[in-house]
Amino acid sequence: MIDIKYIREQFPAIHQEVNGFPLIYFDNAATSQKPKEVIDALNAYYEGYNSNVHRGAHTLAAKATDAFEDTRESVRAFLGAKHIEEIIFTKGTTESINLVAYSFGRKFINEGDEIIISGMEHHSNIVPWQILCEEKGAKLNVIPVKGNGELDYEVYESLVSEKTKLVAVAYVSNSLGTINDVKRIIAKAKSVNAKVLLDGAQSSPHCQINVAEMDCDFYAFSGHKVYGPTGIGALYGKKEILEAMPPFLGGGEMIKEVTFAKTTFNDLPYKFEAGTPNIGDTVALKNAIDFVNRVGKEEIAAYELELLEYATDQMKQIAGIKLVGTAAEKVGVISFLMDGVHHFDLGMMLDARGIAIRTGHHCTQPLMSSFGIDGTARVSFAVYNTKEEVDVLVEVLQKISDRFVAKTSKVV
Amino acid sequence: MSTRQIQEEIIDEFSILGGDRESTIFYIMELGEKLPELEESAKVEENIIKGCQSKVWLVTEYQDGKVVFNADSNTAITKGLISLLIRVLNEKTPDEIINTELFFIDKIGMRQLVGSQRSNGLTAMIKQMKMYALAYKAKFSN
Ligand SMILES: Cc1ncc(COP(=O)(O)O)c(C=O)c1O
Repeated sequence: MIDIKYIREQFPAIHQEVNGFPLIYFDNAATSQKPKEVIDALNAYYEGYNSNVHRGAHTLAAKATDAFEDTRESVRAFLGAKHIEEIIFTKGTTESINLVAYSFGRKFINEGDEIIISGMEHHSNIVPWQILCEEKGAKLNVIPVKGNGELDYEVYESLVSEKTKLVAVAYVSNSLGTINDVKRIIAKAKSVNAKVLLDGAQSSPHCQINVAEMDCDFYAFSGHKVYGPTGIGALYGKKEILEAMPPFLGGGEMIKEVTFAKTTFNDLPYKFEAGTPNIGDTVALKNAIDFVNRVGKEEIAAYELELLEYATDQMKQIAGIKLVGTAAEKVGVISFLMDGVHHFDLGMMLDARGIAIRTGHHCTQPLMSSFGIDGTARVSFAVYNTKEEVDVLVEVLQKISDRFVAKTSKVV
Repeated sequence: MSTRQIQEEIIDEFSILGGDRESTIFYIMELGEKLPELEESAKVEENIIKGCQSKVWLVTEYQDGKVVFNADSNTAITKGLISLLIRVLNEKTPDEIINTELFFIDKIGMRQLVGSQRSNGLTAMIKQMKMYALAYKAKFSN
């Protein structure tokens, strides 16, 4: 059971007024708010032991290095990886995917090879592969999305062939909330020895992740969507694949020995972590993961699902509302349209009542085009949201519908 | 009415809303709904005002020395905003349009209301309307 009072007390930012109304933060798929312990950890680091990692021969440096590596262990456990050196710190999902595209892609993708992505990908899981395919003369295939927002697995299975070298898909869609059947996707990819990359930006806050058990080859995630700081995330990669991959960026930290004749590279994971890392945010990411573990991933997921059902049932009743994405398996994301009311206008009207949502294409333009729309209004939940907040949303949406939907249908 | 008088009239109307954000947005949207829609044939790329987040189409005519504006947008708030600009500047001479200082925008707190992105769009709309006036002036005065 979620102790909502306790949870809400942990998040300073949600206790404020916006435009004269209590803030209702429903833009969690973009980024979540941070619990106090994360903010405190950032302060503690900068006030107490700010120092460069893996280098200095002094006490503060040792303390910073320990804290930094503690987070790596924490992320390893969070993702269910077997080995700690399989966790590479990055800025987030985008950098993680680009790392794979540049390093793995440059070495292992060749002319005539095929990469499969899906029609619901975020631009960060499209563009790196387009660049790679263009450069290599490889082909990019796209799994179509059905009207309800689920992937067409039959088409996917027919796309997989001996030419398929990589399948890169989102575990959970940021625009629709659809939880994809990654088990099925991975099983088929493995039948032709293709590698699988999961974009875990949206699954990490809501789903139980076990990369070893799932047997995916890469998993990318962003700390800022799991109550952690911005600017820190990770790439999980299977050890033997990471070892075979060339470095991504060159510089300090990633080398063993440099002479002008030849440089030997450091061991995993440092081979992929050139330069001074984002130490402060990395250290505080552990506190975010601790928070999630303490509250319980399963409890969080169950609670958000309750909010999702509660909100969906009521929003469906409002005249003019059309839900976009009605997959059977969803996380707490509701994308919707209102007849005759543009989503930009909806966003502004809700903001006037202190309700923060996202409007637009959500960095998934191809998905929006496939539905013949230019964007949606999106409500997305986190563990600190409540049914009372949903009630306010529904009340305001009802008011907007009464005023503008009835009118436009009269005119037509 | 002069452009000054029309602007004062708008300021009066908005003052009734008492600065309430929600009522103001609803009111602007309603103004937008009252603006006649443009023909689909006018909603083409060359009529789009660049620099707006929403799509805004603006067409003009020159009649008896005055500029006639018609506009449309895919979002109601933007349509409401441009309807206010049209109300002030419509059927005025190019010189009047060029010389009108649009003081009502700050007086009714429009820029804070719409935020910085839409505020840039508002600037783009005003610029475009004044550009048309300048172009007509250059074309028809000798
Ligand atoms: C599905 C998905 N993939 C990738 C990203 C990119 O994440 P980041 O901007 O943290 O790199 C996001 C963030 O919105 C996302 O939702």
